[in-house]
Amino acid sequence: MIGPVSTALAPDLAPPTTPGGRGGGTVRHLATKLGGAVVSLLMVIVLGFFLFRVLPGDPVKTITRGAPVGPQQLAALRHELGLDKPIAAQFVDYLAQLARGDLGESYQFRVPVSTLIGERIGPTVLLVGVATALAILVGLWLGTRAAWRRGSRFDRISTGVALLLWSAPTFWLGLVLLTVTGNLFPSQGLINPNTPAGFLPQTLDLLHHLTLPCLTLVAVLYAQYLLVMRSSLLEEMNADYLVTAKAKGLRDDLVRRRHAVPNAMLPTVTLIFLNLGLVVSGAVTVETVFSWPGLGLLTYQALQGPDLPLLQGLFVVLAGAVLVMNLIAELLYQVIDPRVRAT
Amino acid sequence: MGEPLLELRDMTVTYHTGRGPVPAVRGVDLVVDTGQTVGLAGESGCGKSTVALAVLRLLPTTARLGGKVLLNGEDVVAMKWGRLRAVRWASASVVFQGAMHALNPVRPVGEQLAEPILLHGGAGANTVSSRVGDLLEQVGLPARRARAYPHELSGGQRQRVMIAMALACDPQLIIADEPTTALDVMVQAQVLDLVSRLVSELGIGLMMISHDLSVLASTCQRLAVMYAGRIIEQGPARQVLQAPAHPYTKALSAAFPTIGDPESRLAPRGLPGDPPDPSALPPGCPFHPRCPSAFADCVDTDVALRPVDTGRSAACLLEVRP
Repeated sequence: MIGPVSTALAPDLAPPTTPGGRGGGTVRHLATKLGGAVVSLLMVIVLGFFLFRVLPGDPVKTITRGAPVGPQQLAALRHELGLDKPIAAQFVDYLAQLARGDLGESYQFRVPVSTLIGERIGPTVLLVGVATALAILVGLWLGTRAAWRRGSRFDRISTGVALLLWSAPTFWLGLVLLTVTGNLFPSQGLINPNTPAGFLPQTLDLLHHLTLPCLTLVAVLYAQYLLVMRSSLLEEMNADYLVTAKAKGLRDDLVRRRHAVPNAMLPTVTLIFLNLGLVVSGAVTVETVFSWPGLGLLTYQALQGPDLPLLQGLFVVLAGAVLVMNLIAELLYQVIDPRVRAT
Repeated sequence: MGEPLLELRDMTVTYHTGRGPVPAVRGVDLVVDTGQTVGLAGESGCGKSTVALAVLRLLPTTARLGGKVLLNGEDVVAMKWGRLRAVRWASASVVFQGAMHALNPVRPVGEQLAEPILLHGGAGANTVSSRVGDLLEQVGLPARRARAYPHELSGGQRQRVMIAMALACDPQLIIADEPTTALDVMVQAQVLDLVSRLVSELGIGLMMISHDLSVLASTCQRLAVMYAGRIIEQGPARQVLQAPAHPYTKALSAAFPTIGDPESRLAPRGLPGDPPDPSALPPGCPFHPRCPSAFADCVDTDVALRPVDTGRSAACLLEVRP
């Protein structure tokens, strides 16, 4: 037998090598992933710069719209913004600026891009955070139930409804919700300026404003969690170890709770983190419909210009969010799945 | 004593599929006494694994179980769910084939060993880890392997864990469903030795299921051969192997060469044709289309199992023809 032989050798060999080897592997793995993320971010910076130069529209004309300006003034403004230089020179300037940690100044708002993003990130994180948390809860719960009773009426209806909402355009769904609820919920903004100061009324008003945009996002987002959880659990349900668990005398719901669902959750965890990164940018339409003052609305406003420094800054921040979440998903998977840890 | 440990009386299992009912087990009678080892042989698809799962009612919901399964005289088929769950693993446990998949891949094996012990109240939370260590040492693994995950163990080690798990609640009966199929020959021999030793030391009844007659011959006292959902021959293992009464058993034992007999190695005889589709069985003796000694009566006579010698029986018209 191989087992006893190898364990007989183990006291001499295993303790110094095994933990060190495994730890070293993890560090090397982490370094590789981190390096990959940095390379991706550099590519995003390059891509973002050239992509937004191709956009139609002249930022200088947009800035001076409505004002009586002559060609000299336009040229002066162009020189001030550095737009009269060749593209290559502009790119070098941009890189130098980035290296100093400066994202530049917005054409439209005349304030540093970093200040704008800092102001707007809070509402987006609030909206997207709450919506994602709800979508995950609803999606996983419905997905588990649908898989456990595969082919039942509950399964067919919940999966069908989820797919329908998933395919609906977000802005359209938002408008429908606005129309259907009438005056029950405010149609725009974060908070009503007439709300009395104080924690409770302010919070309640915020929640009141949050309801509709949040509902719209949840309706659109939960389907993917439902479907991934459902298919992942269906796959697990055919696994032999569930028969073992049943043979041990476990109750049906314990077989599900202790063995099937935790294992089916593993691929879902990755999906959750991949989406957390994406969803920040995915809120553009919802924020625009409900005039929610977050990064999505800011992106929409920046596109009107095109407000090049603002767009580039947003692009870097949104892409950075995706990269960071991917890294977290990768690391988390190592922690929760022993099979990945070993390789 | 009196009543046997396990007695199957006219056990039937029918799978209800989209294409109509499929009878997988068509009336099986089998007895396992306390401390006895019984082998169940047959080709894949003959219903032997279905019998194994049916004893603890582990079949999928599409299966209907009929007849009687008496475990210590109590009918498993008629048990309420609560009673059934109490009997599972505590009175009879299962060693599944392919321990790679029968163990939960993302939990340490020690945790999986402890689960039935805690569930059936075999030990308190503080003594359970020492019990797990004892069990692992009993199957030749060091106690500290309890922290290992299934993928960190070799195939033979996983099967040992599976056997340790089957012993966890001191059952009187172990059902081993192809316990060595996925293992190489050396490891297979070690695992079989281990099972035989533990079963005789602990006085446990064993029902071992395999397609490999040589595996069953080395571990079992009695042998039953299944074909198309029925037992077609049974008796003491050595006699059944050395002087098979049924042509199917003859073909099955001839398919494995006898060690030390060059003649049988040079002329291995297989069995032509495939086992019948259980949803469309031939009339008469289900084996007659493949049988080398079939005659006219075999086509329309459904032959039952009848005694051929002391303690032996076979279902073949050749045995009753004058």
